[in-house]
Formats: sequence, C-alpha cells, structure tokens
Amino acid sequence: MSELKKDLIYNLMIKGEREDGRRFDEYRDIKIETNVIEKAEGSARVQLGDTHLVVGVKIQTGTPFPDTPDKGVIMTNLELLPLASPMFESGPPREDAVELARVVDRGIRESESIDLSKLCITPGEKVWMVFIDVHVLDDGGNIMDAASLGAIAALMTAKLPASRFDLGDDTPVPMRDVPVAVTAVEIGGTIMLDPSMNEQRIAGTKLTVISNQDGGISGMQKSGVNPLTTEQINYIVDAAIEKAKEIREKFLEI
Amino acid sequence: MAKPEKLIENGIRLDGRRPDELRPIKIKVGVLNRADGSCYFEFGLNKVIAAVYGPREVHPRHMQKSNSAVVRYKYNMASFSVEDRKRPGPDRRSIEVSKVSREALEPVIFQEYFPRSAIDIFVEVLQADAGTRTAGINAASLALADAGIPMKSLVSACAVGKVDDTLVLDLNKDEDNYGQADMPVAMTPDGKITLLQMDGHLSGDEFKEGLEMAKKGCLEIAQLQRAALLEKYATRMDGESNE
Repeated sequence: MSELKKDLIYNLMIKGEREDGRRFDEYRDIKIETNVIEKAEGSARVQLGDTHLVVGVKIQTGTPFPDTPDKGVIMTNLELLPLASPMFESGPPREDAVELARVVDRGIRESESIDLSKLCITPGEKVWMVFIDVHVLDDGGNIMDAASLGAIAALMTAKLPASRFDLGDDTPVPMRDVPVAVTAVEIGGTIMLDPSMNEQRIAGTKLTVISNQDGGISGMQKSGVNPLTTEQINYIVDAAIEKAKEIREKFLEI
Repeated sequence: MAKPEKLIENGIRLDGRRPDELRPIKIKVGVLNRADGSCYFEFGLNKVIAAVYGPREVHPRHMQKSNSAVVRYKYNMASFSVEDRKRPGPDRRSIEVSKVSREALEPVIFQEYFPRSAIDIFVEVLQADAGTRTAGINAASLALADAGIPMKSLVSACAVGKVDDTLVLDLNKDEDNYGQADMPVAMTPDGKITLLQMDGHLSGDEFKEGLEMAKKGCLEIAQLQRAALLEKYATRMDGESNE
C-alpha cells in the first residue's frame, strides 16, 4: 500500500474524517438478500460496502459425534476465492481463511443460536448436519462482519430438508438467537468500526466482538500484530454491543 | 467425566483453587541442545515445550522480507496429549492457534534487526488440560529470550473463564468443558494486550472484570518467567560482572 494513501487516511483521521466520508462508528451500506441459491437449504448474499460474499447452507443427515450423541452438527468453512482479491491464491484455506471461518463458527455455536438438540433425529445414530459455506467474491475489507451477517441470515431462512430424506415435512432450522459480529480497528489512537480495505491494512490489528440479543458477548477475536490497550478494548466492546443491536434491528428481524 | 453438579463450592473450585488462583507452574529454560533457545513449561497438567531456531535463512525463499525477519509459529499437539487420541498433523484449530500465538509475540520482537531471515518457533504440546495456547505462548516467549532474540519485553498469557456464574482465572479441563465462557489473554508487562479471544457467554461488565483478572494472572506469570530466566543466566552474569 502506498505511503501517500497511508498519509491521506492518517491526516483525514486527525480531522475526524474517513476516506469514504463515514463517521468513525458508521458502517458502510449493508445489503442482505436471502434465498439466492435455490439448491441450497439456506443462502444469503451480503454486500457490506464493496465487500461482497455469498453464504450457502447445505443440510443433510449424518452420524453425531460420539461425545454429543443427541446433538446436531454445524460446520463452517470460508473460502477466500482468488477472484476476490489479487492477494488471494487458490488452494486449501490458509490461516486467514481458517481464522475467519472459525470466528464465524464460534459466533453461531457459542451464542447457541441454533438449538442443536432439535437437530437430533435418532440419538447416537442420525442427526442433521448443517454446513455453512462462505464464498468471498470481492474483498473490500471487513470480511469478518459480512461473513457473520451472511451466515446468520442464511440460517434464518434455511429449512431442514426432511421430505428429501423421508422424515416428514420440511421445517425451519430451530433458531434461538441472532449473533452479530462487529469489527473495529485502531489507527493512531482512534477507533473505527467496519474498516475499509485501506483502513484495515494500515491498522494491522482488528478486534471482532460478537454479541447476542440480550447484549451479552458470545465471541471475541483480536487478529493482527499490534497490541491494544485495555481502554481501547473496553471502548470497542461497548461500541460493538450498541452497533450490533442497531444492525440486528435493521436487517435481521425474525 | 460427566458434568459435576457444582464446579465451585463455598468459593473453592474442584481442584482446590480460589477463583483468582493460577494452577501450579513449573518452568525450565534451555532444555534442548540443538535449538537456539528452548523452554519447558508446565501449567497444571499442561506440559509444553517450545524451541526457537534463528534468526536463520528463510526457506522457502519467497517468504523472506527485505526489511525485517519473518516470525513463524507452529503449534502442534502430540497425538497422546489428550484423552481420545488426536490425529497427528495440523488441523484447523492448530492453524488458528499458531496464527494468534505468533501475533501475540510479534509485537515484542525486534524483527527489523534481521532482514531476510526467519525466526522459527515450534511449540509441542505433550499433555493438554485446557490452556495449551497460553502455556505455549509463555514457553515460546522464554525460548525466544533464551535464543538471544532482541525483545522489548516478555509476553505472558493466561485465560479467564466463567463457571457457575463466577469469573475464574486459568480454567482447567472440566471448567473449560462445562463452564460458560473461556477467554485467553496475552499481554506485555506494561499492560498491552497482544492476544484476546473469547467464546461462551459474558456480559459487557463481566468481560471488563475478567480482563482485569487475566491481567493480574499474566503479571504473576511474568514474575515466574523472569525468575526462570534468572535461574539459568544469573550466575553467568554475576561472573562477568566480577572483572
């Protein structure tokens, strides 16, 4: 990234401005469209500014894990496709993709947004397995929040394909909560939410906070090299919980 | 083990600790001969060993950076380290743990002193009992110092969690399995947070209280890390100062 661009963003920040004219706590435009893939049991296309991705949920039957015989299974995968950025290469997921997928997964799992016990068909033998696959098509920064939004939006519209497996009528995936991820970066002592590509690169470190309907936190991840202070972290946590409420009310009403 | 009815009774945890008490820690610096630096770290039942090689040539070459060293961190769990045998080799969890652990240490390493070279950190978990990533970071931080890598400070790490609606320091396996939240933290002695992860359920206030608790734990560990380094190097330094 060019030094000129860095200077520009830094100087704007000192004046209290951002490259794209947003306030520090303002998100880019969010567009969520669900049921975009007919063959998937649930799907969503998310545009967060110029970040663009598609989430598909496939659901099939399988055997439960031995230590949770009466619970369904969720698996989250995220592909940083080479068409999305000159920085991405084909091949098996690298650490960035693995980290993103695991944080999305943690948000869904730890918030207990899916009632896994309702995904049990025959204890110890047969359960529903929910595969959440995130395909990033265009990386404009903050894939984390876009992926997390897409995953929950896709799940909220997903159906258990019971009729395909001769198990009765299709039913919605049993959802209990709507976790929302909010990511912030720190540049020169200023906290900015929903970092653009350039902001993300300059900051080096981002903190993601995933919160639930009751305002509780179900997941957090610091990613990147620069350290953060306690004050910065506490500020981000408060801001993230507030912002998550706003996003949930606006885009994810059940 | 099935879920115990209570994980805390009369303010005492199942393994006899108070909520803000760390598990016993044993540290030995310089335990491997071939490595440039190494450290053995016991954290309760966790047993980890860290080795540092470098600064050395970067292979593959294209990974090298012209203006600084690359730091690489490989966290690996032995197949016998857990109850049910773990399939050997990297999995998604160990890839993520390696990434965040590397990022926890990078801020204290003077990478710009060693352009075009690699600093390789290998962490082997011999026995796991919740808290292996924090044990690994504590060990790796000392192994880096043992290898003579210039550092701004050590890094110390420990986790805070919530069990039976109470915040507790340094979860053991049962508390991790049946608890309500787990939050590993790493920091420098001057209070900069270099690793922060969380999963489970915490309110905003619980989080803030937990972070303070983790910081206290990290400072305690920093004292022990310092003592372990002095144990290996103090005598030699005394000898040198006698001239």
